[in-house]
Amino acid sequence: MNRFLSVTMGVAWRSAHNAFTNPAFLLPSLMFPLFFLAAFAGGLSAIGNVPSFDYEPGYTAFQYVFVFIQSAAFGGVFQGFAIARDFENGFAQRLMLAAPARGGIIAGYAVAALLRWLLTAAVVTVAALIGGMDVPGQGVDLFGLLALGLLTNVIAILWACGIAMRLRTEQAGSLIQMPVFLILFLAPVYVPVDLLSGWVHAVAKVNPATPVLEAGRSLVAGAPDRVALALAILAAAILVMGVWARTGLRSAERAGG
Amino acid sequence: MATQAATEPAPLGLSVGDPGLVEQVYALGRRAFFRVLRQPGQIIFPLVFPMLLFAVNSAGLDAATRIPGFPADDYRDFALAVPFMQGALFTAINAGTDLARDIETGFLNRLRLTPMKALALLAGQVGGVIIISVIQALSYLLVAAAIGVEFESGPAGVPVLLALSILISFAFAGIGAFLALKFGSGEAVQGFFPLLFVLVFLSSSSLPRDLIQTDWFRTVATYNPVSYLIEGIRSLVIFGWDAEALALGFGTAGAIAVVAYTAASAALRRRVGRG
Amino acid sequence: MSTHLIVSTDVTDHPRGIEVQGLVREFKEVTAVAGIDLGVAAGEIYGFLGPNGAGKSTTVLMLTTLLPPTSGRATVGGYDIAREGSKVRAVIGAALQEAALDPLLTGREHLQLQATLQGLARAERKSRASELLERVGLTEAADRRVRGYSGGMKRRLDLALALVHRPRILFLDEPTTGLDPQSRTALWEEVARLARDDGMTVFLTTQYLEEADVLADRVGIIDRGTIVAEGTPAQLKAEVGRPSVEVVPADPGQADAARRALDAFGDCSRNGSGNVTVSLPDGDAQLADVVRALDQAHVKLAALDLHAPTLDDVFLAKTGRKLEGSGDAGGD
Repeated sequence: MNRFLSVTMGVAWRSAHNAFTNPAFLLPSLMFPLFFLAAFAGGLSAIGNVPSFDYEPGYTAFQYVFVFIQSAAFGGVFQGFAIARDFENGFAQRLMLAAPARGGIIAGYAVAALLRWLLTAAVVTVAALIGGMDVPGQGVDLFGLLALGLLTNVIAILWACGIAMRLRTEQAGSLIQMPVFLILFLAPVYVPVDLLSGWVHAVAKVNPATPVLEAGRSLVAGAPDRVALALAILAAAILVMGVWARTGLRSAERAGG
Repeated sequence: MATQAATEPAPLGLSVGDPGLVEQVYALGRRAFFRVLRQPGQIIFPLVFPMLLFAVNSAGLDAATRIPGFPADDYRDFALAVPFMQGALFTAINAGTDLARDIETGFLNRLRLTPMKALALLAGQVGGVIIISVIQALSYLLVAAAIGVEFESGPAGVPVLLALSILISFAFAGIGAFLALKFGSGEAVQGFFPLLFVLVFLSSSSLPRDLIQTDWFRTVATYNPVSYLIEGIRSLVIFGWDAEALALGFGTAGAIAVVAYTAASAALRRRVGRG
Repeated sequence: MSTHLIVSTDVTDHPRGIEVQGLVREFKEVTAVAGIDLGVAAGEIYGFLGPNGAGKSTTVLMLTTLLPPTSGRATVGGYDIAREGSKVRAVIGAALQEAALDPLLTGREHLQLQATLQGLARAERKSRASELLERVGLTEAADRRVRGYSGGMKRRLDLALALVHRPRILFLDEPTTGLDPQSRTALWEEVARLARDDGMTVFLTTQYLEEADVLADRVGIIDRGTIVAEGTPAQLKAEVGRPSVEVVPADPGQADAARRALDAFGDCSRNGSGNVTVSLPDGDAQLADVVRALDQAHVKLAALDLHAPTLDDVFLAKTGRKLEGSGDAGGD
């Protein structure tokens, strides 16, 4: 256990250090969510006037939840780029050689991703509040939203680990981000699911991201709904992605890193 | 042989002349075209990604058509202009990264040792990727036809839309070329892509400017030249023949092209003048 | 310790070769070339030898008109590099330090593009490309993309591209760096053939002593932006010392006998291990006489080693540093 923890802390420290001291890595993960918040909440606020759009806290809060969850997902994706880079330039081999408990490598990357995202989440939340977001939810509700974000971040990093460790090249970037992008954007991004129509409505109804977004929005509104379902979906996804990441690590080990 | 060579130049034995500008542009343009074709990511992503966004956004934002004053009954008609704009961004990045790679690998120095005119390099590089952007634009139009988008401007509007789309791609290819010649690095060019992407979002890409409620956003969209590019294309789809929108669209694209190519030419002169 | 030693005969008259006077190139924080004078006669192979960071590549970039000099002047093929750049480029070919190839084009496409840009008539482009591909041994790989070429293949293609328009003067900037011995030897043979059979003037930069020794008619040694020595390899080496032979008798008791036998040749010395060293005033041609003398003195040998001055010894004499391993990191 000690070896696992020491590997985790070592990898986490190095990844976080690289991310926080390198503006080229840190700034995109901060700027993009802010940009999406401004573009969606600012540019599309008129959507809130559509008849049947009845989200009480308003359109800014509606979009804030999406950007919050999206930033959690893409926090994992950006960390995945870093993992792919480590394999491309050979640093991952060094980690595999040195680490007595290789599972700690995945855990370390996950911890670093989490730390990066917490900063992003704080920045996005402050920006939304400055932008006039109304938050009827209480502390417990907001803690629930944070939990949804944390779990989403873990799922994304495990997904990214699995891809990066299998492909072991920076070219893996688009394969890491595209499915995440699709899952998020085929959910109720701009309007509640009941206001969607056509094929996107059908897809959103079965999209696992939809209950997560709806639960988050309900928590911000102070009227928790389907939170247990969202947490169950996220927990199941963590189990699946955990296996995916672990088998990815095995693949990297077999290939010599 | 050595003694002879010491006193007079060896005969060239080849028909070497000064290659004309057209021939140089053709040779370099052909190369640029095939380079893009040989990088599937540069073809597939610009084709698929804008269409994917178009499908997702037009379905997800269809409710916007219920906003009073929204100028279209079907959000797809409204949103069709956006893929052409996004395609232009990819053209910019393709042109820029390919040119930057030539600088980074030293291939530009190889070209500089020939009688190649600097203008030919720029024209050839841009010409090659423009052909790709034409293919992209035609693909978007095919998709539009397949899903039943109707042009208020009628069939005559299609070539006008293509012309405007090509002019926009040409202008943005100039931006990409400038970035490559200025910074000499593919990574720097790629780093500007998010900024260009942001420009598309902070425009009237999702809602008409007069329906944007947030004051600062509406102001940004009003001053953002991308708004007029999109509106120019969009006008052919949902309004028909809107002279003002078309004039602003073509004018804005032309102005961007003039600025971009002036800057690119200056950067090229500076780069060619040093090692 | 930078004495500019010109051992060769006057080389200021080299019609249509290369002439350099006081060439300087300064960058913001460093002077890469600090005023060099050199001359290369037409048809000559000139080796420009120096460690990393000495200024070799910067000199090549200036002479090929890719980099303007800060001051000084130079003519290449009779044309001024600053004022007649296009004429210079018409008579030179260059294979620079980077292979500078497009990984997405095939070898044949590279040559045809080069031929087009050089202004070759349409009818001749294909045949010239095929001719050059055969000459550098790339016919089979001609239609494969350069991305799949080995380092040696890329260098050969690089050389072929430099020859498309049959230049009179060829610049090669460290052409064999990173190549395996076989590829290196093949490239040397081609360069020697170009000079010998086609009368081409070759300006070759290298950090490899053996390359300069084997290929070059004359060598200029550059260090920290200045030329510290210039001449034929033999002349330069003769300036810093003569060959010597070290004799190791099989029986250490025969050391005195060996010494007496070798006294006649020149300065003789004996070390603590019983080895005897003698310098050979007439060079390694005396080696056979040395062996004969030892045989007549009935000295049985365990080993006989010939030590000859190298260009590294020349560099050491001029700069106080050895050439190999003395360069800064990064290019020059």
